Amino acid sequence: MRLIAKIGEWFDHRLQLAAPIREAAGHPVPRNTASWFYVFGSAALTVFILQLVTGILLALIYVPSAGEAWSSLQALNHQIALGWFIRAMHGWGSNFMVAIVLIHMVQVFLFGAHKFPRELTWIIGVFLLLMTLGMAFSGQVLRFDQDAYWGLGIGASIASRVPLLGPFIVKLMLGGPIIAGATLSRFFALHVFVIPGLLIAFVSLHVLMVLKLGINEWPMPGRIVRRATYEAEYHALTKKDGEPFVPYAIWKDMFFAAFIILAVAACAFYFGPFGPTGQPDPTIIQTAPKPDYFFLWLYALLSLLPPSLETPFLLICPPLVILGLILLPFLSGEGEKSWKRRPIAVITVLLIAITLGTFTRMAQFTPWSPHMNAWSGDPVPDRYIHGTTALERQGALVFQVKQCRNCHSLGDTGGQRGPALDSVAVRLTQDQLIRQVIQGGGNMPAYGNNLSPAETTALVAFLETLHPATQGPARDAALDQVLSNSQVKTSGTQP
Amino acid sequence: MSTNTETAPLTNASLSRRGFFMKLGILFNGFAAILLAVPIVGFLFSSITRGRGNGYLSWVRLGEVGNFPEGETRMATFRNPLVMPTDGKTVDTVCWVRRIAGDQFQVFAINCAHLGCPVRWFPQSGLFMCPCHGGAYYRDGSRASGPPERGLFEYAYKVENGVLTIDAGQLPTPGDPVASLTSEKSPCA
Repeated sequence: MRLIAKIGEWFDHRLQLAAPIREAAGHPVPRNTASWFYVFGSAALTVFILQLVTGILLALIYVPSAGEAWSSLQALNHQIALGWFIRAMHGWGSNFMVAIVLIHMVQVFLFGAHKFPRELTWIIGVFLLLMTLGMAFSGQVLRFDQDAYWGLGIGASIASRVPLLGPFIVKLMLGGPIIAGATLSRFFALHVFVIPGLLIAFVSLHVLMVLKLGINEWPMPGRIVRRATYEAEYHALTKKDGEPFVPYAIWKDMFFAAFIILAVAACAFYFGPFGPTGQPDPTIIQTAPKPDYFFLWLYALLSLLPPSLETPFLLICPPLVILGLILLPFLSGEGEKSWKRRPIAVITVLLIAITLGTFTRMAQFTPWSPHMNAWSGDPVPDRYIHGTTALERQGALVFQVKQCRNCHSLGDTGGQRGPALDSVAVRLTQDQLIRQVIQGGGNMPAYGNNLSPAETTALVAFLETLHPATQGPARDAALDQVLSNSQVKTSGTQP
Repeated sequence: MSTNTETAPLTNASLSRRGFFMKLGILFNGFAAILLAVPIVGFLFSSITRGRGNGYLSWVRLGEVGNFPEGETRMATFRNPLVMPTDGKTVDTVCWVRRIAGDQFQVFAINCAHLGCPVRWFPQSGLFMCPCHGGAYYRDGSRASGPPERGLFEYAYKVENGVLTIDAGQLPTPGDPVASLTSEKSPCA
C-alpha cells in the first residue's frame, strides 16, 4: 500500500493533477440535482466514448476507398470474428447518441439550464448537436452502399440550390464533378478526423463550463433568474444545501451510463449491423434510397412540401433554426426556469417532437413513392374481376400494364402516391374519369398520348365497376336530364 | 515593493527591444502562414478550380446508333471522363437514350431533377418514374407530375460515323443542370 502511495506521490509531484481532480470531484452540487433527470449529459459522453472506441476498431479493417469500402464491410460482417458486432455497436451507438443528445437538449431547455450564466454552455451544446448530426450523415456515407451513393446525390442536389455558390459547394462536397472515390475519401476525413477532433474539443469545453459554473439547480416555480443576483443565490444554495458531486450525485450517472452501454450492446446483438445494402454501382438503378432514421423526417418533408416552396424552405429554415437556437439564451436569459411556469416552452417542444415524429413515421411507409413493381407484381383482387364483361376485364389489364397500379392501390396493395381506386366510380362520373385519364392533373400525369381510344374505353369501363355493392356509381345528373329529354324527343318524333 | 521598483525599469527597457522582436516574430509567422495557405487553399479547392479551368466535360461514346432502335428508349452505360484509381464501380454512369428518328436523339441523365435519385423508364405507359419522392416525366423528358420543378436533365449529343457520343462528366443537379446547359454553349466556347 505504502509503495502505491509513494508511486502516486511521485507522479503527482510532476503532474500536479490530483488537487484539481479532487476539487472537481468534490465540488458541491445542489442536493436535488442528484436526479435521474440529470443523467443524459454524461450518457451522451459515454456513448461518444463508445463511438470512439468502436470507430477505431472498425478502422482496423475498413478501407476508405470507393472500390473496396463495400467489400471491407462485407468482410467485417462475415469474415472477421465479431466484426458484425462491432459494426452493430457503432451503428446502434450512433442512433443512441443522436437520441440521447436530443433528450439531453430537451431536458436542459425545459429545466431552464440555458439561462444566465450558462448561455455559452448551451451554444456550444447547439454546435455539439450539429456535429452529432454531421457524424450521423457522414457515417452513413462511409457505409458505402447504394443508399450512401444515392444519398450523396440527394445531398448534392440540395446543396446545389444555394444561390450562386451552389455548383461550387457541390464540387467541394463531392471532391470532383461526380460521386466517386474522392467523395468517399473526403467524407472519411470528415468522419474520422475533422468532426471527432472538433467534438472532443467542444465536449471538453462543455464539461469544463459545467464544472466552473456549476450544474443547473432543480428549477423551482417562482424562483426567478436575475443577472444581478443569480450567481450569489446559486453560491448560497450550494453552500447551504450542497453535497459533493462524488459520490452524492455521480452514482446515478454511472448506473445510467452502464445501462446505456448494455442497451446499445443488446440492440447490436439482437438486431445486428446496418447494411450494407447493394453495391454502390451507379449502373444498378433498381433501388429506392432512403436515409437513416434520424434524417427520415427530412425525407418526408421533401416529398410533402409544395415544389415551389422546397428550395426556399431548404435554404432559409435550417439557418433560421440554428440561429434561433443560438439566440435562445439571449432572448430568454432571465426569468422563470421551471417548465411548470413556461407553457410556451412546453408547447414548442411538444409541437416539434410531434411534427418530427409524424414525419419520421410517414417516411417509414413512404406513401408518396410509387411502387415500382406493383404493376407486374400485385394481383387485381378477385372480387373486382368476378362477373365482369370482357371489356371491363380488358380495362383491368390496361390498368395493370400501363403502371396505374404503381401509384394507385386496389384492395390495399399497390402504390399510395395517388388515391386508392377501390371506390373511384362513386367519386367520378364516366366523363370525369375519361378526362382525368387523358389529361391527368392534380399530380397525375396525362395518359392521352399513351392510351389508344380502345384502351381508354376499356380502362374507364373497368374503373366504373369500382364501387361498393350498396352504392351506385356517380352519374352526371345534368347529362342524364339532357339525354332523357333527347330520348323523349326522339321517341316523340318516332311514330 | 522594492523588487517592483527595481525590476520595473528593467522590464520596460527589455519590452521595447524584446517587444519589437516579438512583433517581428508574429509578422514572420504571418508571412509563413500566408505562404503556406496558398498551396493549402489551392489543394482544398482544386475540385472547384479544375472544373473552371480544363473543365470536367468531354465527349464520351455511348455506342453505335444501331444499338438504339427508333422510337424506343434504352439505357446506356458510359465511363466517366475523369477516372481515379480509387473509384471502384463508380467509374460508370448510366443514362437513358431516346432515339426519336434517324439521327435525332434525346439523352437523359439518370438523375431525377428533384433530388437526383435514379429514374426508371416504363415503356408501356411512356413515363419515367422516380422511386424516391414520386417525380414522373413524359417520354420527351418533360415534367409530368410530382415534386420536380423541371424536366429531366439532357446531355448534348452528336452522331459521327454512326456512333452516338454525349458531352458528359458531371453530376447534373437542380442548381447546376450542366447537362442541359452545354447544348446551349456557343460554338466558340
